[in-house]
Amino acid sequence: MTATVPNSMTNSKAVAAATATGTAQDAARLAAPTPGVGSPGAHAAVGSMSIDNVSCFYGSHLAVADVSLEIPGRAVTAFIGPSGCGKSTLLRAINRMHEVIPGAKAVGSIKLDGVDLYTKGIDPVSVRSKVGMVFQKPNPFPAMSIKDNVLAGLIIRGARPRGSAADELVERCLTRAHLWDEVKDRLKKSGDSLSGGQQQRLCIARAIAVQPDVVLMDEPCSALDPISTLAIEELMRDLARDYTVVVVTHNMAQANRISDVTAFFSLASAGQPGRLVEAGLTTDIFSAPKVTATRDYIDGRFG
Amino acid sequence: MTLTLTRKAPQSDAVATFASCRPTWRRRTKDRLATTAVVGAAVLTAVPLTLVIWAAIQRGSERLDLTLFTNSMRGVVGQGGGLLHALTGTLLITAATAVISIPLGISAAIYLTEYGGQTRLASITRRAVDIMVSIPSIVAGLAAYALFSLLLGPGTRSGLAGAVALAMIMIPVVVRASEEVLRLVPGDLREAGLALGSPKWRVIWRIVLPTALPGLTAGSVLGVARIIGETAPLLLVAGFTDAMNYNLAEGRMATLPVYIYTQWSAKGLDTAAYDQRAWAGALVLMAVVVVLQVAARALPPQIAKLRRNR
Repeated sequence: MTATVPNSMTNSKAVAAATATGTAQDAARLAAPTPGVGSPGAHAAVGSMSIDNVSCFYGSHLAVADVSLEIPGRAVTAFIGPSGCGKSTLLRAINRMHEVIPGAKAVGSIKLDGVDLYTKGIDPVSVRSKVGMVFQKPNPFPAMSIKDNVLAGLIIRGARPRGSAADELVERCLTRAHLWDEVKDRLKKSGDSLSGGQQQRLCIARAIAVQPDVVLMDEPCSALDPISTLAIEELMRDLARDYTVVVVTHNMAQANRISDVTAFFSLASAGQPGRLVEAGLTTDIFSAPKVTATRDYIDGRFG
Repeated sequence: MTLTLTRKAPQSDAVATFASCRPTWRRRTKDRLATTAVVGAAVLTAVPLTLVIWAAIQRGSERLDLTLFTNSMRGVVGQGGGLLHALTGTLLITAATAVISIPLGISAAIYLTEYGGQTRLASITRRAVDIMVSIPSIVAGLAAYALFSLLLGPGTRSGLAGAVALAMIMIPVVVRASEEVLRLVPGDLREAGLALGSPKWRVIWRIVLPTALPGLTAGSVLGVARIIGETAPLLLVAGFTDAMNYNLAEGRMATLPVYIYTQWSAKGLDTAAYDQRAWAGALVLMAVVVVLQVAARALPPQIAKLRRNR
């Protein structure tokens, strides 16, 4: 298992994560350039994100309180924490999907390569084409063929590519999603005909076909068997070469295997807002967490 | 056998409990009575339907000849004549009704499921649809009659007026069926569409509607089946004629249900000829409805298949 998943430390191109509770030295150490990568400022244009004082509401209910977090570009960041701690809510706030729910809103600033996605006048629709999303349950479009599912983002926008341009895009995205060999002979079949793991990879192909900078994944493996999970994990590592990947997971071993940076969220008690407890390099979080709550959660002593 | 055994073991409470539950003659009698009652009810329900179909086939086939489909009733007073004018009228008026009702009905359903939510307008619309579904068809006819009398002068009768009356009956049927079908489209798919960076209306157009298309088709076809046999409003606003009329906008237009009614109610001297035509009309109308019902079932999977293989 470990052989298939690259070591997170050496793999990350840009590792910069400020902790919610850490000291300035921690932040400085985390932001220090990894060998082979330029200064911290050099990865400004590779899909790095900066979450600043973000709070999320459902109506008047505060679900996520005051989160500040740096998400390094072209690396895998994992959000972990108990149910109800707001990690999925925060994830959805990143591409402004949170506000799709009636009454829901988010305040604060989330910057992608320095541009605040919550600036007045920025169209949420354009944010979502830069920050894609993969959901917990694989959800290929049942009325579309496998091929059309990959092209869905463009088809929905009324910009369906034709002929060889379409074929090339489909092959490129499916190859990128590690699915091409399995489906190349049945591109006209319905996406429903695939297994759960294949469907999820199809959804990933669909997400990257619109050329986002960031791919958000909301528990992408929780509905899959271990073999399919392994395939998706490998894919996530591979995707991090070109995309910023943020993944919400309940599986701590998975967070440990695939992520470069881990952010631990928690809540004081049910009904209380979720907060960021600690964030940092995955190796640090899992080997030497600074906060007792993090250690208890990771060791399975939570609650 | 078992019962005897349980009697011999009265020391066990559990066994005693089950022994007291053995079917008594009272329970067995009740069971028989109830079974007889529900089976009887099922048979009673099926009998009229079978009889109607049987009578229509038997008596309708007496005049099921070519002239029936090539002639109108113009100048016919005895034998002969046909229902071409009524069949044409039914097809024209039904088509016009569908053209009015399907886009309006589906659009309203889109509003209710995708935009309305729990707003006041949405709940008023839903309530109105609920009431409209059970509106007596003659009332729809009167409303259309009044509308066209006000717009185009008193006593105006036309195929279009008929179509408007029928649309009042069909729209709520389409709205209800479509709303139900649109609600069945998983919210996941809408979210997935939005997350690909497209505006909501495009997600509805390219994802929600295509996914619901089989169901929307079925709902529309059932709406057509609902109105194609309507008589009362058409009698009122489309009127009746013995001659062909291809123009929906002007003049009275015959339809199959009204044709059946007038053949039966206004018999000439040769009553048998009129009766035969009425039954033949009934058979043709029933055939059209059956074809529609079958289409409502058969079309959706076909459409789904076609879309994928494109």
